[in-house]
Amino acid sequence: MAELEAVIGLEIHVQLATRTKMFCGCELSFGDDPNVHTCPVCLAHPGVLPTVNEQAIRFALQIAAALGCEVAPRSIFHRKNYFYPDSPKAYQISQYDIPIAGAGKLGDVRIHRAHLEEDAAKMVHVGESGRIHGSGASLVDFNRGGTPLVEIVTEPDLRGAAEAAQWARLLRETVRQLGVSDVNMEEGSLRVDANVSVRPAGSEELGTKTELKNMNSFRFLQRGVEAEIERQKALVEAGGRVEQETLHFDPASGSLTSLRSKEEAHDYRYFPEPDLVPLAPTEAMLREAQESLPELPAARIERYVAELGLAEDVAATLATDPATAEFFERTAAASDGIEARMVANWVVGELAAALRQADEKAGAADSKVEPAALAALVAMVSEKKISHGSGKTVLAALVAEGGEPAAIVEREGLAQISDSGELEAIVAAAVEANPAAAEQIKAGNGKAIGAIVGAVMKETKGRADGGEVNRLIRQQLDL
Amino acid sequence: MKKRLRPARSASRARAVTPRIPAVIEREQVLHVAKLARLHLSEDEVEQMAVDLSQILQQAELLTEVDLDGVEPTSHVIELQNVLRPDVPRPSWPRAQVLASAPEPSDGAFRVPSTQTDDLAE
Repeated sequence: MAELEAVIGLEIHVQLATRTKMFCGCELSFGDDPNVHTCPVCLAHPGVLPTVNEQAIRFALQIAAALGCEVAPRSIFHRKNYFYPDSPKAYQISQYDIPIAGAGKLGDVRIHRAHLEEDAAKMVHVGESGRIHGSGASLVDFNRGGTPLVEIVTEPDLRGAAEAAQWARLLRETVRQLGVSDVNMEEGSLRVDANVSVRPAGSEELGTKTELKNMNSFRFLQRGVEAEIERQKALVEAGGRVEQETLHFDPASGSLTSLRSKEEAHDYRYFPEPDLVPLAPTEAMLREAQESLPELPAARIERYVAELGLAEDVAATLATDPATAEFFERTAAASDGIEARMVANWVVGELAAALRQADEKAGAADSKVEPAALAALVAMVSEKKISHGSGKTVLAALVAEGGEPAAIVEREGLAQISDSGELEAIVAAAVEANPAAAEQIKAGNGKAIGAIVGAVMKETKGRADGGEVNRLIRQQLDL
Repeated sequence: MKKRLRPARSASRARAVTPRIPAVIEREQVLHVAKLARLHLSEDEVEQMAVDLSQILQQAELLTEVDLDGVEPTSHVIELQNVLRPDVPRPSWPRAQVLASAPEPSDGAFRVPSTQTDDLAE
């Protein structure tokens, strides 16, 4: 049998960070007491009418622009009919055959569509002992009911679990930087479902897919998809068939269980929502969405690698943190004649470590370290005015108190020993004090030199240039 | 919409094409729709419903005789678009008022029969 390959598509629900709900003026919240943000509209009292939240449309158009989606010149809302206590109207207002956004692309993955809809209420299932079997109850909290959602659907362009999780991260980062959602997976403001199928490698046909739900972290997304790919491959290789079903991922056990569907027949009987008129985004609305786009992660990574020569992983780290990226750019701008690559390494390496060390919650941009100060520090190390180790000491001081590196170097006496006579004397003393190491070096054990270098560094409090110390030790030993 | 009426070039041609909506509603379809709508129908009602729904559909079928060439499907009867509301909060209702009409409020929430069993599907 031919090797099987996995085919994965994702459906991502993004809760929009508007102030009010999609179709009424109730405030959005998370974690408040149940049912304190409800009104006759979101509770579906008779005779009420929905009104579309303007900001939700703006946010949806920004997402469409960020994903390079075609925007429908005219789109409409539909009613998706189902009976379940999380939906008081007995339908969800969604979009069906004419969504606000059509085909687009993010990274290597094509976007099929993105549409607007409203979130359902939150339900808590409570068991009840002492009563007959199956007679538990559910408590419904309508605070979340009616929260604006954009559902993004990809084409089945992903081929592996890790790849799917990685792409989902890029999408989250992109949406986060747009500022249109909190994208918090644990709180459910970003929810990812995965459609998974397998087929013989090279085949163009799609196999029967299953839908995975409830993966509320990227790690779980990866584990869930991995488990499902394995399950399907084993099933098909044993001559079985994949059944189309919805699977629920249990993070505790890592297992997948089949869900009973909300509406057995999946017959949602969509029809156009008669209470809402069509959306026809104007030129001005489209222009506004386009102009509001910040430089998004994918574009930033490309620019850093191509124009500034940064390593791909360093560029990616910076691209996920716009404030730090901005800090890096200001530092690089203040660095005369220093490679941007070196500045970037200091920002994501030494500076990030120093901030962690100081238990500093603030990122680089909000720290006491000024871009000009870091630029000056990197220059001093690069020009060997201070050693790399001393550079870290200065950086720790900058993190703690801010200020100018030159002044700190002066105060702490960290300037590199430039008097070669002075350094030679220290090296000579160190060689004499470590005769065993000296013998080993002479015998050809290069590693033994570390002991003597360490002694010199201790004596000079790190103020000696490592390369120079090595050279002097060898000179001392006539090597 | 799958069931959107197809524009017909002429009345005669409209009759020539197979209608998308079956003019006769079978018993199985009545039961299916009743299940989706959570309606309990007696045997007599099922029969009567099949007759009534078939007649309604036949009546609607008359529309296929109209020449709809170049006519945009209507999703709304009023010629308006982009009716939008500013994103400004309005006071929600007090919870006591919201729950006043709930048959069984519990812990500030609406208490409903368990959804983890088949109760609702019956």
